[in-house]
Amino acid sequence: MSIPSQDNAIQGSRLIRALIYTVLIVFVIYYLLPLYVMLVNSFKPLEEIRGGDMLSLPDQWTIAPWLSAWSTAQIGVEPTGLRPYFWNSIMMVVPAVAISTVLGALNGYVLTKWQFRGHGIVFGMLLLACFIPFQIVLIPMARVLGFLGIAGTTGGLVLVHMVYGLGFTTLFFRNYYAAFPTELVRAAQIDGAGFFTIFWRILVPSSAPIAVVTIIWQFTNIWNDFLFGSSFADFDSVPMTVALNNLVSSSTGVKEYNVHFAGAVLAALPTLVVYIVSGRYFVRGLMAGAVKG
Amino acid sequence: MRDRLQNWLPRIVLAPSFFLILFFVYGFIVYTGYLSTTNSRMLPSNEFIGLSNYVKLFGLSHWETALTNLAIFGILYIGISSVLGLALAILLDQKIRAEGIIRPIYLYPMALSFIVTGTAWKWFLDPGIGLEHTLHQWGWESFHFDWIKNRHFAIYTVVIAAVWQSSGFVMAMFLAGLRGVDNEIIRAAQIDGASGWRIYRRIIIPMMRPVFLSAFVVLAHLAIKAYDLVIALTGGGPGRATELPATFMYSYTFTRNQMGVGASSAIIMLIMIFSIIVPYLYSELRSEGRR
Amino acid sequence: MASLTIENLHKSYGSVEVLKGIDIEIEDGGFLVLVGPSGCGKSTLLNTIAGLEDITSGDIRIGDRSVAGLHPSKRDIAMVFQSYALYPNMSVAQNISFGMEIRGIDKASREKAIRDVADMLQIGQLLDRKPSQLSGGQRQRVAMGRALVRDPMVFLFDEPLSNLDAKLRVDMRTEIKRLHQRMGTTIVYVTHDQIEALTLATKIAVLKDGILQQFGTPAEIYNDPSNMFVADFMGSPSMNLIEATVAKNGSDHAIELESADGSSLSLPVNGLASLADYAGRKIVFGIRPEALTDPEGADRNETRVVEQSCLIEVVEPAGSDTFAVTRLGGKEAIARLRADAKIEPNQQARLAFNMAKAVFFDPESTNRIH
Repeated sequence: MSIPSQDNAIQGSRLIRALIYTVLIVFVIYYLLPLYVMLVNSFKPLEEIRGGDMLSLPDQWTIAPWLSAWSTAQIGVEPTGLRPYFWNSIMMVVPAVAISTVLGALNGYVLTKWQFRGHGIVFGMLLLACFIPFQIVLIPMARVLGFLGIAGTTGGLVLVHMVYGLGFTTLFFRNYYAAFPTELVRAAQIDGAGFFTIFWRILVPSSAPIAVVTIIWQFTNIWNDFLFGSSFADFDSVPMTVALNNLVSSSTGVKEYNVHFAGAVLAALPTLVVYIVSGRYFVRGLMAGAVKG
Repeated sequence: MRDRLQNWLPRIVLAPSFFLILFFVYGFIVYTGYLSTTNSRMLPSNEFIGLSNYVKLFGLSHWETALTNLAIFGILYIGISSVLGLALAILLDQKIRAEGIIRPIYLYPMALSFIVTGTAWKWFLDPGIGLEHTLHQWGWESFHFDWIKNRHFAIYTVVIAAVWQSSGFVMAMFLAGLRGVDNEIIRAAQIDGASGWRIYRRIIIPMMRPVFLSAFVVLAHLAIKAYDLVIALTGGGPGRATELPATFMYSYTFTRNQMGVGASSAIIMLIMIFSIIVPYLYSELRSEGRR
Repeated sequence: MASLTIENLHKSYGSVEVLKGIDIEIEDGGFLVLVGPSGCGKSTLLNTIAGLEDITSGDIRIGDRSVAGLHPSKRDIAMVFQSYALYPNMSVAQNISFGMEIRGIDKASREKAIRDVADMLQIGQLLDRKPSQLSGGQRQRVAMGRALVRDPMVFLFDEPLSNLDAKLRVDMRTEIKRLHQRMGTTIVYVTHDQIEALTLATKIAVLKDGILQQFGTPAEIYNDPSNMFVADFMGSPSMNLIEATVAKNGSDHAIELESADGSSLSLPVNGLASLADYAGRKIVFGIRPEALTDPEGADRNETRVVEQSCLIEVVEPAGSDTFAVTRLGGKEAIARLRADAKIEPNQQARLAFNMAKAVFFDPESTNRIH
């Protein structure tokens, strides 16, 4: 996100500027410290963590905790590591993001360019749905998933995430398409293009920025979800976050902190990579999520 | 015939989403509302018992703890995040050379799962292994920081972790707001002889009112929904010291088999969120319509 | 090419009626300009002709064929939009040929049509560019090219020049007029700029609040406005509308108005018998600035020119003319004088009223008194 700087800067002495930089750097440390601690300690053998201080670099570097977290650590009853859960998350996230984004784009298109009587109410319903506390749907959702025969499956989780992401995806695309000139749609109508041709040939080619924002937003939210995963998943559908929590809070045996850290970083990695690669769009999504179109 | 199809297409395209939301959101709200008036325990039951669940709910010390915690957590979380976010935004707005590096560092925690945040801070705050242990190693033997194990202070550790996660985002919102202030207004104030902090205090910050509102709504919404962080950081403990409505609902519904009470607590959560969100959305949409 | 007939057209949004019974007919090859202030319904009227908006009642015919209810693409029209509405992701050539592509016209014919239009508008060198790489005037040409390639019965223009700067606007205006003369296609053109309306149109329709105020040739609209709104809206500077009282003047009438120094000023009116009904009452006297001038600049062949002395308040030299502001009937009135007229502010000056060009309105109904 690059915002042009402007003139509100306070003119001040060197002392004040030094102070400002000091405060900013203190907070850089504050925000980085937990990540740093997780990273360095994930490369230490367990004895070193127990005996030494958490900020120092490892005396003895080891990647054993990472290997263990990925493929052999005890999670629940099985010594599988996080690997199967990582794939569970991928299998859940990809279709849920894809479907909710496509539907959101179509909804945004209809709600801005093909308005009909009552479109405002439909949008209001979708918008309000973004903000419900998900606790309110847990009980009926458990029953409906059971009724549909997809309780505890990845398919069930895809449905859940897709439905509760619709509000946001629609909001994003609707706000974006609202600024898209309606005259283009009219010109295409006069050229003889129909509903889907206009969408596909005129709007979709211009939708890359909002599609990226939407996909990142959905990916981050669904990947990071814990409530639905812990409520509706069985072994072969448990997502990464739930598995991490099981790993960390399992009460049996010694607490292998270094493995926990490696696991936490593994669970955070996909969203962190997305953030580093496309932070600009990530921020835009957060802002749009605050309803400011 | 084809024209008629074209006329109906928009509605047909919107229909799946509409019915999904109608059923899975509003239908479910109604169903949960209905359950909250029955004596459902492990399984849903149809026996109507009026508002007894609500009466029972508000008689539970457990729920009272959850509400008190939510109040403490909500006020501190929103307050500290806003103040910190605004302060950092103003400092970053002083033509800082390294802004391009600092800003993403402040913001990255928002990309993490609360479970990851909770795991990191749980360990960091653990007196036996984390900060306290490390400072003892460094020779500060008298340092004492065991809030996470203390039932009176554990809720504040949730605040610390939550602020760490969200304050960078609030900073980004304020920074965008600051950068959006019309330069000419600032010039005019400078010509009027105002300078430095006075321009911020008298002109810029008052213009940030919509940003404060947006930040409040986002943070309040996150606070009421907060579930994962508490589970990962404290598991609701020690004892029940960090129970929040979100964790209360889950444990009553799924582990204590008091579905009716759980449903009524969910309804209360919904009412809390909607009483903040609905007026906000209403005013946002109305001002959008005026534009 | 075809004529266009609009019959008793009504259009409502819910309970709000935006077009209240419009009747317009324009002959084959005519240039119809719809003009009026913003919100008068002119763009809505154009959109109903295009089929972009439904009509509530009435009929629209292109040639002999009623097009009400037809899809826009089936009305045999083409439209140039205010924002040009060029598809941002397509090249100029693709923009021009998109409609043909939808209609399934083969590639060779499409390319020939693109070349023809590009030659006519001199945009051949732009065909591979994207709209974002074009200047305003070039976009305007491409938008016209996209319309021309359809070879429609009727061209629709929705304020096509309003996004251009002043000089380009004048150039493009001439270009559109030239294009019309060469192609001879029927055109419907919406604008809020009355000069555009007067220069381009063969017929002008002046709209206000969804009601057709007057429909006629530019000369009729300018010289014989049917009410005070049309008189005031068309022409720049606009017509002086001055409150006056009708008096008897022998067998004929005169009007009396208050001048800048408070004295009364009398002007004879010949041959307008219907003024008899207004004897002793207030009317509105309308005179265009060019009919109120210095005595040397007045029309020498016109016998009904009356000279009066007026107090000049402000003098505004404008190069080709000099405008002088005086006060008549309690309101500012503008006179248009020759550039080198000797005139000073705050002094009395002789002004010539060309009463042959004067018009009169009923102050109650605001309609013209004939």
